[in-house]
Amino acid sequence: MSKMTLETEGDRYIVVTRRFAAPPEAVYRAHTEPELIQKWLLGPEGWTMPVCVSEARPGGKIRYEWSNGKGGGFYLTGEYLELEPYSRIVHVERMYLPDPTPDNHVETRFDRDGAGTLITMRMTLPDEETRKRMIASGMEHGMEASYVRLESMAPTN
Amino acid sequence: MRATLDSTFSALSDPTRRAILARLALGEATVMELAEPFEMTQPAISRHLKVLEGAGLIVRRVEGAKRPCRLAKHGIENIDRWLGMLRKALEKNYDRLDVVLAAMKGENDE
Repeated sequence: MSKMTLETEGDRYIVVTRRFAAPPEAVYRAHTEPELIQKWLLGPEGWTMPVCVSEARPGGKIRYEWSNGKGGGFYLTGEYLELEPYSRIVHVERMYLPDPTPDNHVETRFDRDGAGTLITMRMTLPDEETRKRMIASGMEHGMEASYVRLESMAPTN
Repeated sequence: MRATLDSTFSALSDPTRRAILARLALGEATVMELAEPFEMTQPAISRHLKVLEGAGLIVRRVEGAKRPCRLAKHGIENIDRWLGMLRKALEKNYDRLDVVLAAMKGENDE
């Protein structure tokens, strides 16, 4: 329905926004309740999340395990830091590739937008080494996107 | 040399440096050739090139007194590939979330 935006903020963060046709209560629940998370937080087509732990309270644990159904998979662990029901979640997470990536600090806001919700997710930009490992893992698991080429940086004048 | 992420993004945040990269996308160039269209002094261009080199975005070779620059493809592709991968995964996720939310609404209405 609505287009997602993804922008870098300074040199340390990525900010993603997206609108949804549901109230903040529902969008927040879909971000915190395991049986809902398992239905959508899957990445590319063909992946499932057989294990989902989401203890939605400060200090609560997060563990997502993904599988491509062909013996491939990886997992993520994290902790919830702050939860303001239906408006804001702060958590940290790290992927295991298989060694853990540096902690990704994520703040997700849920703002009422008419009858729907605007979510704004602000996350840490991983360093060069971590990106390389993630790309290598993405190639291995067949989830790498085609990417914007340098020509798009050409000046407009 | 291993560039840090901070240096890469700082390097890309400056419009002159982005224009230099766009020029280098057309092929190798010397400092003199790069200085011309920007109406900047060679030392000023050299400072920008030093930032780009430090960020792993360009490489320079020695050719007599000149040190022509060219793009270090890898430095730029790495960021684009990573952001592209993230964007693709998030877009898929949020499209699926639309469906999940519609189903939740249906349950509540019953």
